[in-house]
Amino acid sequence: MDILYKAFIDPFMQMGAAPDLFVQTLWDGLVAGVLYSLIALGFVLIFKASGVFNFAQGIMVVFAALTLVGLHEKGVPAYLALAITIGIMFLLAVGVEKLMLRPLVNQPDIILFMATFGLTYFLIGFGELIFGGDPKVMIATQLGLPRGAIDFKFAGGFVSLQKIDIAATIIASIMVASLAIFFQKTRIGRALRAVADSHKAALSVGISLEQIWVIVWFAAGLVALATGIMWGARSEVSFALEIIALKALPVLILGGFTSIPGAIAGGVIIGVGEKIGEFYWGPLLGSGIETWLAYVIALVFLLFRPQGLFGEKIIERI
Amino acid sequence: MTMKSYLLGAAVAVAAGLPLLPVGASAADGIYVPLFSYRTGPFAGSGTPIVNGMADYLNMLNERDGGIGGVKLIVEECETGYDTKKGLECYEQVKSKNPVLTNPYSTGITLPLIGKAAIDKIPVLSMAYGLSASADGSNFPWVFNPPATYWDGASMFVSYVGKQEGGLDKLKGKKLGLVYLDAPYGKEPIPVLEALAKDYGFELKLYPVPAAEMQNQSSQWLNIRRDRPDWIYLQGFGAMNPTAVKEAAKNSYPMDHLIGNWWAGGDDDARPAGADAKGYLSLDFNQVGTDFPVIQDILKHVVDKGKSQTPKEKVGENLYNRGVLNSMIIAEGIRNAQKLSGKKVIDGTDMRRGLETLVISAARLKEMGADGFAAPMAVTCADHSGHNAAYMAKWDGTKWTKGSDWIEPIKAKVMPLIDEASKAYATANAGWPKRSEACDAK
Repeated sequence: MDILYKAFIDPFMQMGAAPDLFVQTLWDGLVAGVLYSLIALGFVLIFKASGVFNFAQGIMVVFAALTLVGLHEKGVPAYLALAITIGIMFLLAVGVEKLMLRPLVNQPDIILFMATFGLTYFLIGFGELIFGGDPKVMIATQLGLPRGAIDFKFAGGFVSLQKIDIAATIIASIMVASLAIFFQKTRIGRALRAVADSHKAALSVGISLEQIWVIVWFAAGLVALATGIMWGARSEVSFALEIIALKALPVLILGGFTSIPGAIAGGVIIGVGEKIGEFYWGPLLGSGIETWLAYVIALVFLLFRPQGLFGEKIIERI
Repeated sequence: MTMKSYLLGAAVAVAAGLPLLPVGASAADGIYVPLFSYRTGPFAGSGTPIVNGMADYLNMLNERDGGIGGVKLIVEECETGYDTKKGLECYEQVKSKNPVLTNPYSTGITLPLIGKAAIDKIPVLSMAYGLSASADGSNFPWVFNPPATYWDGASMFVSYVGKQEGGLDKLKGKKLGLVYLDAPYGKEPIPVLEALAKDYGFELKLYPVPAAEMQNQSSQWLNIRRDRPDWIYLQGFGAMNPTAVKEAAKNSYPMDHLIGNWWAGGDDDARPAGADAKGYLSLDFNQVGTDFPVIQDILKHVVDKGKSQTPKEKVGENLYNRGVLNSMIIAEGIRNAQKLSGKKVIDGTDMRRGLETLVISAARLKEMGADGFAAPMAVTCADHSGHNAAYMAKWDGTKWTKGSDWIEPIKAKVMPLIDEASKAYATANAGWPKRSEACDAK
């Protein structure tokens, strides 16, 4: 009986007894969720354009953040370093298209997937060669990101909103919305969707595959840079940031690999779900459950929507 | 298949085989000291300064003294990335080169090497890490963990907290939290903290941090906000530490009640939080800074000559000096081994005897150019740790300073637990050999 009470009654009693902690948990989940959405978006864009799961998205986060901080350490002013880093992410996109994707056109998807493994290890080695393996401090203040917290009293307790988290949520939301609009409403966006539907059909109507690939890889690079800045400011800039990208996997399972709205909704559901789960049900299971809980949440959703939240239902003749 | 494909395949095969070929000097030319390192990956922030300190000290001995006892030291790194599988690959690579010991620098890698050490006759030096129970020399003759074990560290934390609260009896009813990496290393202090909780009446709260969530600890710190532990002990590593320190500051947890173990006290652990981390404490058993002749010799003979991978401004940082201390223990072990065996070029069997008779007194520290650099330490046949004292280092916002006097571990509680755990290890590992190695007189 005790276990049933702890599983089904006590968590809700706690929510009622300390609503400030409940709101704080929701907020922390929302912040994490929006950042997960941002990471997931990087995967979705590339998957939509080329059908490739980009294993290198995580190391792109590290590479972008290291480039930014590394340039600043060498005396480049923060905003100029940001501009140069954006330029380097563009060059990376061009390089990936010319040296990796173009020679592999018409190869099976698994070959392209393996190529992104190669890209990962290249970026790890190249990044370590240029910037070393030492962790670095994110230049959040120099970039004008706020410090401190806004605390307000709530239901006899308090809720603390870190200004950096508010900024991260706003910036990530703007980026996600901008990219969503760009790829849904513009000519390039329509071209991207055409490429996603069929490479051959898109080519036949004059859409340049090369251009689309450069654009989506560049967009994924920008997403990686934003992710690196936000997560780096929360901790440090090191190769450990690569692990953060793995948080996008349950988001993708839940939201679907081809859906931008799915990445957004999936990120928030996973972020909030895992924080609530860890906080209220974690102690019952020995704590430290959020890593696998995210996958459980995604799999439960898949029981009801196997194609993901916003994924397309695929019917194939057999 | 075309000729081009054959040639390409052959080239790849040759390239893949290259690392297996002997490179440079062999052990016959000197004393081979492999260093397992992690300059890459999520734990590089801790691994890089440590291996820099280790390598620089040993290279300094080569440059300044021509090695030890007239024999050059062959120092070779093997990158593990703090990954147990890669660590075991490193072990297999170095095993055939007559290493005098291994420095796994990971509890995860140390644990499987404990069983191999006696068979391969290669002692394991796990300086203040690894299996706490291996301090029992009567059961683990090939494993050494001076100057203190994780269990000593956890008991020092309790002892320090007791002193701040007005006595160990005042701990009754208090809440002490452990924030730890959810891995063998992080879990190591749990048994002793549970035992001390029972003895002193405090409540122990556990906050595991999975490796995948090292930089995403908001859940753990929300739990801390709910539970309100009076004191927190942090057993983290790599990127987990700066995140924890930042989260503590973010959640307005009193920084002088957050105490890291000795692997949570790197400069890169506190620096990202900067002034917000002012007051953060970490156990430490070496001093920081460059005001020691031994560090000056490293600068003169190695760093300034461009023979080091260490940026000059990082020489003297906490974990760098930790690496130096580690290599001072290695060097003293080699000197003892040369004396005991009468040989210049020693092997693992000799080194085991050298480590087992290790005595680094205050006078000897002074001779080594390290007066006051660490507490004097000694290892005996029965006690491979020494259970020596540590102190609290305090972050002043920009650097580590000395924050307390030397703190002794609660030996009366720790030693029986070590004895018990050592026996349990032997029972659990069927066929664990009874010690047959003779003890040397000091």
